Amino acid sequence: MVRTRIFLSTTVLAAWTALTPLQAAEPLKVGFMTVRSGALAAGGRQMEEGLKLCMDEHRGEMAGRKIEIITADTAGQPAVTKTKAQELVERDGAQVLIGPLAAFEALAIDDYIRQTKTPIISPSAAAEDLTQRKPNPWFVRAVGTSAQAHHALGEYAAKDLHYKKIAIIADDFAFGHELSAGFQRTFEQNGGKVVQKLWSPLNAAEYGTYITQIDPSVDAVFAGFAGGNGIKFLGEYKNYGMQKPVLGAMTTVDEGILKRMGDEAVGVISSGWYSAATDTPANKKFVEAVRKAYNADPGYYTVGAYMACQFLNNALEQVKGDISDKAAFMKALRSVNISQSPYGPVKLDAYGQPILDVSIRKVEKKDGRLQNSVIKTYPAVSQFWTYGADEFLKSPVYSRDWTAAK
Amino acid sequence: MRVPSSMISWLVAVAALLALPWLVTSDYYVNIASQIVIAAILALSLNLLIGFGGMTSLGHAAYLGVAAYLSIYLTAHAGFGHLAGALIAIGATTVLAMLFGFLALRASGLGFLMITLALGQILWGVAYRWASLTGGDNGLGGLKRPHPFGLNLMDPAIFYYFVLAFLGIALWCIARFVQSGLGQSLQGTRDQPRRMRALGYEVWLIQWLSFVFAGFWGAVAGLLYAYYHQFVSPQTLHLTTSAEALLMVIAGGTGTLLGPVVGAALVVILKNIVSAYITRWLILLGVIFVAIVLFMPEGLVPGLTRWVRALRNRPPADKPADAPSVAKGPAR
Repeated sequence: MVRTRIFLSTTVLAAWTALTPLQAAEPLKVGFMTVRSGALAAGGRQMEEGLKLCMDEHRGEMAGRKIEIITADTAGQPAVTKTKAQELVERDGAQVLIGPLAAFEALAIDDYIRQTKTPIISPSAAAEDLTQRKPNPWFVRAVGTSAQAHHALGEYAAKDLHYKKIAIIADDFAFGHELSAGFQRTFEQNGGKVVQKLWSPLNAAEYGTYITQIDPSVDAVFAGFAGGNGIKFLGEYKNYGMQKPVLGAMTTVDEGILKRMGDEAVGVISSGWYSAATDTPANKKFVEAVRKAYNADPGYYTVGAYMACQFLNNALEQVKGDISDKAAFMKALRSVNISQSPYGPVKLDAYGQPILDVSIRKVEKKDGRLQNSVIKTYPAVSQFWTYGADEFLKSPVYSRDWTAAK
Repeated sequence: MRVPSSMISWLVAVAALLALPWLVTSDYYVNIASQIVIAAILALSLNLLIGFGGMTSLGHAAYLGVAAYLSIYLTAHAGFGHLAGALIAIGATTVLAMLFGFLALRASGLGFLMITLALGQILWGVAYRWASLTGGDNGLGGLKRPHPFGLNLMDPAIFYYFVLAFLGIALWCIARFVQSGLGQSLQGTRDQPRRMRALGYEVWLIQWLSFVFAGFWGAVAGLLYAYYHQFVSPQTLHLTTSAEALLMVIAGGTGTLLGPVVGAALVVILKNIVSAYITRWLILLGVIFVAIVLFMPEGLVPGLTRWVRALRNRPPADKPADAPSVAKGPAR
């Protein structure tokens, strides 16, 4: 009896050792942090859709390896995000992370990522310093920084639209502060003047009190909103009979919320590193797939998660699916180079941040639906705009009081 | 001599807690246990106010958050050592509790609740707005866990024992406090404030001292919270954190020593583990809470004790054999 047992265990052991060379065929575990509950759940759902689309496109396999996605709900709370990251890495054995949604969530796990040396691809968190003053060697981002697209809009407003005076109204949190400062910087550098900066709380019930404060002598209003706030603001802006043109941040008229807007959005000029209306074969295919699967246009979060997944694919192909050497994989992830994608050609700078085409977009009604028609493209825009990394990083990070209104 | 059964159950519980890192398979669960322990310390301190003092506070996240912010700011950004940072954080938070006590104890009942709520929201607003100091909504990080007595707190099991030791001290101190003259008089002011006053007790002072004592333990929880997460954001100071602590106390059982610990375990497990399997875990939390309120309104620990006692003392009437003889019992 004992002998049979020993015999059995040795056979099992032998079989196991014989199997180890096949380890490469084991599925690669990817932890995906999204938000399914709370205020950010709408964005979280779009992220899941984007990721699923990409996985379906690759039939769940990248570089010959099966990919297993393990999803966790962070509830949009930093403390929970940390626990979920631990759950994914320590319990489920995730080797790569995609997520989380919000900037403060990404910052909450920053130290943890460094400690565990887990490669992480951010599909949406835009906080500037993640790839600027506090770069994390294990972190790359698949989307633009808060200000990356809005530097372009500032220049466009001054040079092409010839606006002189602008009032800024934006959400009162880091993302709103950063994108407004980026817009203001290039706008003022090109001769414009921001005469007013109004910060409305993230959970503002109505914008009447802010709209009535807007200086009547301005040429236009820059509205920097996130989440569903753009819908509320533009609706009320029209109801108050305001005539001044509106410039928007990428997220003010994001495709994810555009379908819930009406005529009030038509004519809003915004900038973004993506527009669903971009006329390239890669994007058309992507938009069609999203429309077919989810009956909606892809927005910020959809593209972000989709591209994060494509980054993973690109890096895995470079290392031929072998992720055992983390440093080599990280190097591959940092040298991601995709020539055709929904948001155009992309490669990463030395800080792990994509250099992207930024488009100036105008909301138009076409075939009964609103879309962000591209009216100008700034090719290969860096997170540092034209300042260069050294000069850019000398000044403090964009904030609420980066430069006061004049 | 017979060992009392309560002693045995205590010993079993302690042994189980100590053996936990060997019982669970993954560091992840050890980390969850650490989180439960930290939440339990916070809930214990809040229970001092609610359970023993009859003062329902909705601002207890203030101490958790302020101590966490201070310790991270001082050690990671202002160049203080870990010990100095920890002591200043706890000391300053306790002073804050003194101040808040002055303000909040001007009222009782609903007024007290609203003042603590307002004070908590003020701190949340400051943390959100004073971005140069607190990092605004992006939060504050960069803290390295200390190495007290050469212990490597980065190791999940060692960190667990570290926080467990604090829980042990907290339980002992709070138990002593509750049994002390001051603790007894605090319970007196909860039940009969006017009579206590008539007996010559300084009701306000008793409440204030307890308030500060509770604030102190909230600060300890905050310090451990900072060590655990190595990150703090305005979310920590938010009303939801206070409400969650309140939920732990009420679910576990107010005015009991172990109730808050059980409540903390319930909430942390639901929030972190169950949420991985059930997307709508918030609904589940709500249902469980409603069930607790319906079936054991006094909380899990007293409720279960009552049920167990009821089962033990159940009249043998249920046994079918000799049912008739006993069921009649003494004439009604």
